[in-house]
Amino acid sequence: MITAFIFRALDKKTWAVLIILLAVGIILPVLSIVTDPSSAFHVPTYLIALLGKYLCYALLALAVDLVWGYCGILSLGHAAFFALGGYAMGMYLMRQIGARGVYANPILPDFMVFLNWTELPWFWYGFNHFWFAMIMVLAVPGLLAFVFGWFAFRSRVTGVYLSIITQAMTYALLLAFFRNDMGFGGNNGLTDFKDILGFNIQAPETRGVLFFCSALALALGFLICRAVIASKFGKVLIAVRDAESRTRFIGYRVEGYKLVVFVLSAMMAGVAGALYVPQIGIINPGEFAPANSIEAVIWVAVGGRGTLIGPIVGALLVNFGKTWFTSGMLAEYWLFVLGALFIAVTLFLPKGVVGAILARTQKKPDESKAPPAVSPIQASQAAEEGA
Amino acid sequence: MEKAKNSLLYLDGVSVSFDGFKALRSLSMVIEPGEMRAIIGPNGAGKTTMMDVITGKTKPDEGDVYFAGNTDLTRMDEASIASLGIGRKFQKPTVFESHTVWDNIDLALAGVRKPFATLFHRTTKREIDRIDEILATIRLGDKRNWLAANLSHGQKQWLEIGMLLAQEPQLLLVDEPVAGMTDAETVQTAILLKEIAKTKSVIVVEHDMSFVRDLDVKVTVLHQGSVLSEGTLDAVSADPTVIEVYLGR
Repeated sequence: MITAFIFRALDKKTWAVLIILLAVGIILPVLSIVTDPSSAFHVPTYLIALLGKYLCYALLALAVDLVWGYCGILSLGHAAFFALGGYAMGMYLMRQIGARGVYANPILPDFMVFLNWTELPWFWYGFNHFWFAMIMVLAVPGLLAFVFGWFAFRSRVTGVYLSIITQAMTYALLLAFFRNDMGFGGNNGLTDFKDILGFNIQAPETRGVLFFCSALALALGFLICRAVIASKFGKVLIAVRDAESRTRFIGYRVEGYKLVVFVLSAMMAGVAGALYVPQIGIINPGEFAPANSIEAVIWVAVGGRGTLIGPIVGALLVNFGKTWFTSGMLAEYWLFVLGALFIAVTLFLPKGVVGAILARTQKKPDESKAPPAVSPIQASQAAEEGA
Repeated sequence: MEKAKNSLLYLDGVSVSFDGFKALRSLSMVIEPGEMRAIIGPNGAGKTTMMDVITGKTKPDEGDVYFAGNTDLTRMDEASIASLGIGRKFQKPTVFESHTVWDNIDLALAGVRKPFATLFHRTTKREIDRIDEILATIRLGDKRNWLAANLSHGQKQWLEIGMLLAQEPQLLLVDEPVAGMTDAETVQTAILLKEIAKTKSVIVVEHDMSFVRDLDVKVTVLHQGSVLSEGTLDAVSADPTVIEVYLGR
């Protein structure tokens, strides 16, 4: 059942995307580790970390596109799922530090010692195990999405109202995680990581593997999205996006569909966050900032929502732009540029960069093979007369 | 209740009000299995609200709505009522524009409805045959791969009727099926609906009197949310109260 589900998704385009992602995921780290720094093919370690970050953003954008582009749920709170996945990974990395912290406490992370806590809070139990942390990376964002979606979709909250409450959700989490009492390091978040699975997190080899994992996760996310969209479930999602009440009158319980896709999307965002944190070296409440969620939506809009390549392209393009722009003297104007970009895309490229390219390359069936102005009845009558 | 048992659809004393405006006032009506009924009435007579109540979109303030004898429709949501066998065609044709004609019918096809079932569903030979059959009935077979958005208005109306057929309902609610159609299309639509009515019950809401005459079925006249008159088109046309509020104007 599962294999048929996956195989149905594997068309030529999907293979191409998967191969490109995996090739990039292998070649760049190898070039970074094997080649001499003076070589023309050498990829510096900082670039691997930077590109790894972009791949995580691309996975987040893909998650946003799955709910927004295919089901019409404009979530302005997806950074919350990303950050929760990141915190789950961060907690594991904190426990890995062990006695090498400033206060050399083998159990308690530094910030807890600093707060005069004497024992580990219950919700930190288990995070010394990698497998447990990985389950939490999926389970925590998934559970939040499930509870949130359960109430929101059953109450038939849609459109801008849903967007506003997703925004409120991430803002509430931002405020909560800022508090020291929450037990997640407050303002400073979690940082000073040393090892991951016993390997030095700063080592070029570890960074290379993390980069590969990010590319692999993005490829898997793409494959899953592709399989979902190619199934009848995916057709129902698009039906919900285009005409929700019509879908209900055909007999589909729309809230169930929204809930499943929202939870799946949240889990993808969680994985993206979990891979982001070890490459960046810190997770703090700033990741919950409403602006982050909105930025992810802009990536999707720029790349092209309702296509699966679009969000990946959008996330890479906008973030390259951001890195280039904010490293120059125009850095303080970046947000203006981002805003202008969003307006320009909405006005001139409503289907995004990828959508516009697709519309150009595919011969326009809408125009050239425009439906004749006759009805099927007239057409069939004409056919009968002809015969 | 005795009457409800033998009927397909049974409405008794149904009232609905929106912010004090009484859209339906103690509306009562019975549809027999296999019956086709035309509903006429001026704007604001409560025709669309009545359909909303039957399909679960609007809950009545009071009154009973029973389907197939003893199923209480007032306690169910749209999806479960649709699965029960009540199909609805809207006044404005609403097809899924970014899906192909084929996918539109496929989505409407009676069968899997639950999320995980659709996720792993594989279209069977039987389903493919059924879709082909419906496409032939609505004469869109050669346009199966067209996006629904590219169909003409009349074609969309037909596609929507095809989607209704695919649902295999026992009762079809059809809201102004010939609005915006050419005369030739209108005649063809009447023939199609009569064909459908051979095996299913149909309720047609319509303004177009010549179309209602073509259908040649029992007519119910609604006025201000309740039934004003019922009978053949000739009988209700001769009813003085009907002439006064509707036909006479």
